Amino acid sequence: MKDNPIMRLAVRWNIPFMLIFALYTQAHGELGPGGGFQSGVIVAAAFILYGLVFGGAEMRRVVPRWFTDLLGAVGVLIYAGAGVYAMAMGYEFLDHAALMPSNPGGAEPWGMTIVEYGVGITVFGVMMTIFNEITEGTNPEDNEPTDDSADTEYGS
Amino acid sequence: MELIRHNLPALIVVTPLVIGLLTSIIGRRGLGWWMAMGTTAAGLAMSVQLLVDVLAQGDRTVEYLMGNWPVPFGIGYSVDPLNATVLLIVSLLGAVITLYARKSVASEVPAGKLNFFYALWLFCITGLLGITITGDAFNLYVLLEISSLSTYTLVAMGKDRNRRALTAAVNYVVLGSIGACFYLVGVAYLYMATGSLNIADIAERLQPIYASWGTEAPIYQKTVITGFAFMAVGLSLKLALFPLHGWLPNAYTYAPSSVSALLASTATKVGAYAFIRVIFTLMGVGFAFGRLHTDVALMVCSGAAILVGSWLAIRQTNVKKLLAYSSIAQIGYIALGFALANKDGITASVIHLFNHALTKGGMFLALGIVMYRVGGTRLSDLRGLGRKLPITMGAFTAGGLGLIGVPLTSGFISKWYLVSACLEQGRYELAAIVLVGSVLALVYVWRVVETIYFGKREDEVNVREAPASMLVPTLILVGASIYFGVDSSFTTHIAGEAADFLLKVKP
Repeated sequence: MKDNPIMRLAVRWNIPFMLIFALYTQAHGELGPGGGFQSGVIVAAAFILYGLVFGGAEMRRVVPRWFTDLLGAVGVLIYAGAGVYAMAMGYEFLDHAALMPSNPGGAEPWGMTIVEYGVGITVFGVMMTIFNEITEGTNPEDNEPTDDSADTEYGS
Repeated sequence: MELIRHNLPALIVVTPLVIGLLTSIIGRRGLGWWMAMGTTAAGLAMSVQLLVDVLAQGDRTVEYLMGNWPVPFGIGYSVDPLNATVLLIVSLLGAVITLYARKSVASEVPAGKLNFFYALWLFCITGLLGITITGDAFNLYVLLEISSLSTYTLVAMGKDRNRRALTAAVNYVVLGSIGACFYLVGVAYLYMATGSLNIADIAERLQPIYASWGTEAPIYQKTVITGFAFMAVGLSLKLALFPLHGWLPNAYTYAPSSVSALLASTATKVGAYAFIRVIFTLMGVGFAFGRLHTDVALMVCSGAAILVGSWLAIRQTNVKKLLAYSSIAQIGYIALGFALANKDGITASVIHLFNHALTKGGMFLALGIVMYRVGGTRLSDLRGLGRKLPITMGAFTAGGLGLIGVPLTSGFISKWYLVSACLEQGRYELAAIVLVGSVLALVYVWRVVETIYFGKREDEVNVREAPASMLVPTLILVGASIYFGVDSSFTTHIAGEAADFLLKVKP
């Protein structure tokens, strides 16, 4: 599909907006509709769209596999870390009042923001891992450097 | 120290989760095992401390509020003698089997996947401990999925030894997911009727609903009954209660040896615990047994499990599969105990949870040694091994005696309580089934023992006794199963506490 100019143009124009929209969803997570899960999915969808058009190998050049595999664990660690921090400060697990003891009510949104970023990172990492697991090795052109003559039948 | 002690109920679940995540990132080469070993050892220490704390409390409960949100709005963890005992079972077996796993896993799982193996291992333990400790019906579902999803993957990791591990895992995924979904649907129905997810709170809010059923305007009658039906079937699937045991034999047989041991000794036990919790604490005996007569269904299923499981075990040629079918029969004993709903019955159930975990765990570990040294677990592979692996095979035989229920083994104690519970209820036919089950167990254990000691090997393989790191955990488990048969004061004490606690909260 990467020789189809309409596809290339559509993807190139859409991905920045998808990423911006994902950040918007993320930022509204703790108080309004939206949140980490949705934003993680949208970010992953942007990269997967890129992968569908330009090929999995090209996508893995942009976001390497080790990186997305790592993020899957890092996000949950951020989530759990917020809880462990509260425990270390003498509060209950995941009691976000620990973040701002002078103003427990005001600390709650901060805690939720941290948790939502953790969720977003993990969901992004896991979506990418699933896509990589499905595509890696299935398409022969993914495993060699991209060559214009390789898939002319998809072009035009 | 006080900080840790206060947060014990959360830490016991959070520690394996966090270390498991770290293991998946940095646990390559040998480090993964060390991280898992440290975590499970710490988990054992924490659950012992928690059991001591619970028994020291006047009302026998320790509560913990996640994020300091009051129940029923937040998730509350609540520990009482019953789940403190199950926590001890899971973390004890988890620690001992992890000690064993190092060499066994290294020989059965590719080196490049060891970090993921031990990460999943810890997630599985996280889930099992979480199901046990949580006081929230929905949180229980989430942790059930954590443990199940990691278990599916662990079973599939046996694929490098035998490709059938993959089909066994897929079969388990399908049935396990159906079980978990049914449980979730049940929770949803109860939420519809009561508007709460906290187990203690649902139980309280069900009381006026039950009270309305005798009157002219019954409320939510069909909703509650449907919800309970979904939960009961879903948990029976998880617990592999006959006739919903289809996923179990192949999953146990084709999983890596250590995984089989962990699953056989903890996963179904936790399923049984969850079922006990739903019947006794969530729905109440008066509803589940008194009104719906679920106890009759449970008695039929568990009686059939004892007979059919033992009968199928006799016919197996793969010893791992033989033990798997034997597990189905033993689950029958556990379910029969709590179906009787008297003190001896529940005591027998809880004692058997503990004793069977030790016995079957020890036997699967002994078979893992055979796998490690000989390369197979068919009856023909065990032929004549009594001379080659005297300690391992001695441990296996001692475990087998426990399955039969010979006096001075722990199996005898559980069966003693079970039979006396049957007689107390006047259920002579069930007592007879328990005894017939023991005779059938004698037959399948004897078949293996005969092969081990009196079989002649044509091919003289040169096998040595197992390395100490595998032998010691096996001997710990089998030794413990003998010890608790000789001196059963500890197990009967905590099981009696658990039974008292459950029967006291009868509505």
